[in-house]
Amino acid sequence: MGQIIQYIESYLKTKDLTPGAAGNMFWALVYILLIFGGLSVAVIAMNWLERKILAHMQVRLGPMRVGPHGLLQPIADAIKLLLKEDIMPTEADRFVFWTAPLIVVMAAFTVFIVVPFGPTHAVTDMNIGVLFMLGVSSLSVLGVVMAGWASNSHYPLIGALRSSAQMVSYEVAMGLAVVAAVLMTSLNAEGTGTLSMIGIVQAQQAQGIWFIFKFFPLGAIAFFIFAVSMVAETNRAPFDLAEAESELTAGFHTEYSGFRWSLFFLAEYSAMIAVSSIAVTLWLGGWLRPFPNLLSGPTWDLVFSLFPGITFLLLAAMCFFNAARMPKHPMFRIQTIGLAGFGMVLGLIGLVLLLPAVRVRVQDIFWFAAKVAGFMYLYIWYRGTFPRYRFDQLMHIGWKVLLPLGLAVLILTASVALLQQRLWHP
Amino acid sequence: MAPVATPFFFYLFAAIMLIGGIAVITRKNPVHSALALIVTLLAQSSIYLMLYAPFVAGVQVILYAGGIMVLFLFVIMLVSIDRSMKERQFNSQWVVGIVAATALAGLFVTVYIKGTSIFPDRVLPIIESDNTQKVATMLYGQYMFAFEIASLLLLVAIIGAVVMAKKRI
Repeated sequence: MGQIIQYIESYLKTKDLTPGAAGNMFWALVYILLIFGGLSVAVIAMNWLERKILAHMQVRLGPMRVGPHGLLQPIADAIKLLLKEDIMPTEADRFVFWTAPLIVVMAAFTVFIVVPFGPTHAVTDMNIGVLFMLGVSSLSVLGVVMAGWASNSHYPLIGALRSSAQMVSYEVAMGLAVVAAVLMTSLNAEGTGTLSMIGIVQAQQAQGIWFIFKFFPLGAIAFFIFAVSMVAETNRAPFDLAEAESELTAGFHTEYSGFRWSLFFLAEYSAMIAVSSIAVTLWLGGWLRPFPNLLSGPTWDLVFSLFPGITFLLLAAMCFFNAARMPKHPMFRIQTIGLAGFGMVLGLIGLVLLLPAVRVRVQDIFWFAAKVAGFMYLYIWYRGTFPRYRFDQLMHIGWKVLLPLGLAVLILTASVALLQQRLWHP
Repeated sequence: MAPVATPFFFYLFAAIMLIGGIAVITRKNPVHSALALIVTLLAQSSIYLMLYAPFVAGVQVILYAGGIMVLFLFVIMLVSIDRSMKERQFNSQWVVGIVAATALAGLFVTVYIKGTSIFPDRVLPIIESDNTQKVATMLYGQYMFAFEIASLLLLVAIIGAVVMAKKRI
């Protein structure tokens, strides 16, 4: 017993090591469970936010009935999906039909092993971090293809063919943009770059600049290429041809229902979070707070470490404000109390986050999550704004615009980096 | 960090590879064969990881499992599977197959019996943390010429494919 406690405590004494690097199985498991729970909550929140924000963009109210402002709608949806009959087409290839959603979900969740939520807040740090993320997330296309084929129906097959063609094409442009960013990590005294996710953020910290602003506009163009191709990779609007409902019903998951369908849903949203966190790590400084070098010093450290708590307190204030505005009818009494209670919970979380011991440890996670949340909002914004592309236009953008642009950015970045090293540091 | 249960994982992945490989040639449905091949390739990348070659493992997953096999599946799905499954599976290369299999088996048996004297007892484990950098310096330093030749070969293949596929360039 004492040994177990010592084993658990030994990780707490190590500074700046991820559980994987420290070789501590217990804390690695804790981190995996935390990430799994956090992702599930994020997907539920994203489901509600997407419907609400899209509705407000189209001057509608969105879900309003289940809970105050539809806050309980995602939970009601989840219960509905779990209770639904699980239908499998008679002519379907049973085994492949059964494994396809599992592969998609596993690929979408496995990548989070290397996502750095902070210098120590990752399950593990791999030498090939970015490569691992790109590789494993590219496996999800297999699940899509399998789902489309195994359904033994026309719409899913066409959807799967479209999405596999799309994902394979955009992977090329995506890879080139990533290489341009990885190249920037090698601009140090030793001249060796890194593929490790934590190493990339540390390189940005050491060079004192986020890679999106590096060699302006080269870093920004590489970021733009990645930002476009990540929308295509995750099959989201305006590149959601694989599930274009006006042409293909629901694309590759037309024949899926109930729990299996919800697995596809879960995988889609966690894949969105995964690619956004690659973008945040490579170009937007990962867990670094804004201006860590310019606005340094204990005062600024304190100011920026108060952000997480204040954010939660603001959310709590919003809840209380809306609880006060609820109709004063007896029918709405439970909803009003519920909303006020939710606000209390948020406020308590905010107060805990203001504690000095807590706020120092969670601020990395907060800044990372805030940047990823920005991308999530962009996804919804794209969906509300852009019309869907035609398939030939999609291929045109991928192969004839983004790919040459990516090659040009890569060559220019390499040349500028070489020139800089020769001229300024001979 | 010390490796955990190395022999166990080696035998596990080797068994997965063998089962996958056998499934590739015994399944009648080409899509099932392709999926079994993907399983084999993934287990192979795990073996690369155990050999302290994370970069090769990552590239294996991206290129083979994620890229090439998707194109394989893409092509297979466009073929009418119902008709091709009814056709007789022909294989008229028994002699060559037996000769090749015997040669490979002989090689394995020799290595198994004399292995300890042929190969050094143990190799110094390469440090995992800068494996990728080592690969890069070797590819672009020592083996630059071979690397360029290989990429030229790929370029020729790409141009050939474009010329054959497109009537009007």
